Amino acid sequence: MVTIPVSHGLLLAGLLFILGLLGVMVRRNIVFILLSLEVMFNGAGLAFVVAGSRWGQADGQIMFMFLLAMAAAEVSVGLALVFHLYHRGHTLDADAISKMKG
Amino acid sequence: MDFLWLIPALPLAGFLILSLAGSRLTRPMVSAVGVGSVGLSAMISLWVTAAFIDQSPVRHVFSQTLWTWIDVGLDVAQLHLSVNFYLDSLAVVMILVITWVGFLIHLYSVEYMAHDDGYCRFFAYMNLFVAAMLILVLADNLLLLYLGWEGVGLCSYLLIGFWYKDPANGYAARKAFVVTRVGDTAMAIGLFIIYQHLDTLQIQTVMARAAEAWPAGSALPLTVALLLAGGAVGKSAQLPLQTWLPDAMAGPTPVSALIHAATMVTAGVYLIARTHVLFTLAPLAMTAVAVIGAATLLMAGFSGLVQKDIKRVLAYSTISQVGYMFLALGVGAWSAAVFHLATHAFFKALLFLGAGAVIHSLNGEQNMFKMGGLRREMPLVFATFLIGAASLAALPLVTAGFYSKDLIIWESFASAQGGAGFYAAALAGAFLTVLYTFRMVFLTFAGPIKTPVTHRPGISMKIPLVILAVLSLTAGFVEIPKTLGGVHLFSHFLNGVFPEIHITHGLEQIEWIFELVSGCVTLFGIFLVYLFIQRAPVLTEKLSGSAAGAFFNRLWLKGWGFDALYDRIFVRPYLFFGRLNREDIIDSFYDGLAAVGRAGYSAASLTQNGQVRTYAFGIALGAVALIAMVVIL
Repeated sequence: MVTIPVSHGLLLAGLLFILGLLGVMVRRNIVFILLSLEVMFNGAGLAFVVAGSRWGQADGQIMFMFLLAMAAAEVSVGLALVFHLYHRGHTLDADAISKMKG
Repeated sequence: MDFLWLIPALPLAGFLILSLAGSRLTRPMVSAVGVGSVGLSAMISLWVTAAFIDQSPVRHVFSQTLWTWIDVGLDVAQLHLSVNFYLDSLAVVMILVITWVGFLIHLYSVEYMAHDDGYCRFFAYMNLFVAAMLILVLADNLLLLYLGWEGVGLCSYLLIGFWYKDPANGYAARKAFVVTRVGDTAMAIGLFIIYQHLDTLQIQTVMARAAEAWPAGSALPLTVALLLAGGAVGKSAQLPLQTWLPDAMAGPTPVSALIHAATMVTAGVYLIARTHVLFTLAPLAMTAVAVIGAATLLMAGFSGLVQKDIKRVLAYSTISQVGYMFLALGVGAWSAAVFHLATHAFFKALLFLGAGAVIHSLNGEQNMFKMGGLRREMPLVFATFLIGAASLAALPLVTAGFYSKDLIIWESFASAQGGAGFYAAALAGAFLTVLYTFRMVFLTFAGPIKTPVTHRPGISMKIPLVILAVLSLTAGFVEIPKTLGGVHLFSHFLNGVFPEIHITHGLEQIEWIFELVSGCVTLFGIFLVYLFIQRAPVLTEKLSGSAAGAFFNRLWLKGWGFDALYDRIFVRPYLFFGRLNREDIIDSFYDGLAAVGRAGYSAASLTQNGQVRTYAFGIALGAVALIAMVVIL
């Protein structure tokens, strides 16, 4: 069995995380911001899995399950918020929703 | 005796009733409370006096503790003060004068103020005034005395500015308050020094300890005596703090009568008499008091000569007569000063009430040159006013003013601390007094009628005039010099309080010469006024027409220009600095702090732009920075 070097796995995880982060920062549509957040979650999850396989322990995979559960909760709350915002403002543009300006 | 506390408490209760429930009372009820409280207090003071004389051996005092006022302190410095009334013969004289003259003035005010909107307010203030003065003279410790002292100052402010809708009256009231405050500050410092060095404010203890601890003529008693004299000078309107009194005429006339006769200006004389032990320890301070008194009585006498307003003449005459009391205090003639205080209270109250009756009848006219001929129009007012004027001018033998003033003139020469200079000033002052007094009488009551009389005084204005006139004639008979019969009831009564005056040896035999001289001066003065005003007014015109006459006329009319002087020295520089510092310099530091805070706030609030993506960017940047720190360091 060919083993993938740890550095490759971590590099992929970092790339996924940064791609997601960039998505969060540049997209204006709230739904896409939520999607990008999911990508960041998976980047972090991948890092856990790679680290778990490096030390031959199951902790990494357990953490990934935690992450899945948390992501599901986050998405349910986030989507509910999106629905609510759309209902009030009839827009999904994150920049237009700036009532909290100080 | 046990009802002593009621004497100040009744007017105070009257004040409380009138000020709290006054708007619900009808006018007769207000008069009943206002006059009745002081009247009852006068009755009780008479009763207390009878009891005092009845049971008193010499040096008898009565002291009544009501409650503990202040009780603080550690082992080192203890301050225990109680509200304690102390009645000795000096206090007896004072409460009699205050309550009785005060009562008569209240009675008079019922009619004088009858049509005023502030009727209830007037009586509330008047009652408080009398209460404060009674607390002042009955106080056993200096702090309680100071409470009464400041209460008197407050009431004078309230009453001088009684008709507050005219800004000039408010100005006069503020002036009286601020000018007397200069003296009060000196007095407060004096009290601090007394407490610091003698550990007590109990007047009798202070006197005893001061006599033990401080050698005569040393610096400490001199400082304290001068500071207390400063307070007295302010309250009693002596040089250099006399400027407030002529302006205090802005108040209603009964107020002037109360301020000038029964309360306020006599407080300074009382203070010095009460603390006379400190003054005997400081001969220099006594000389200063005598010099102030002599200078003031001359200064005010000259100013009184040229005034046009009848109330201002009386105001200057008060300053002048209180100057006599100061002169007497300064030469150690303590009981003579208190004697003059009492007789002055009677005839000055009489003169003010008489002047008030005149002003009232002429519809508020105060200019003497527009009065005249009132002798036939108001015979009773004329008769009583003439008695008051004769008493003020010290008409020999029959008036109270003669016996008291002559005693001062004589003792200012014969006392060990006296001298020819003081005697000359006192005699010249007596001559001036005659001139301005009878000038006022002639201008007001003689000659042709110039302003028609609109209405005549009623019964409640006449009763006080008659009673005070009787007192102005007879009050002097309690103290008659040896040459005229030798009655010494008054000075014997005060014997327990004051030390004997030291008469220079050998002068007793020639006392009658002094009495003859002052009697002649009075009669000559009356003749001179008759000549200048009645017989040949041309002479007056010639005198005031000459260059020197016109100059002095202007100078004296303005009271020697003290107002202008103080305006230059104090008021204008103060206003100048006030304008300079309109934006408070010290405040700018705190303003700067506030500005920095505000700038920081607006900078920080820039980051709160409501853009979710910017927040995300901020979080990312922060995370990168943290990771970079961990990696690099």
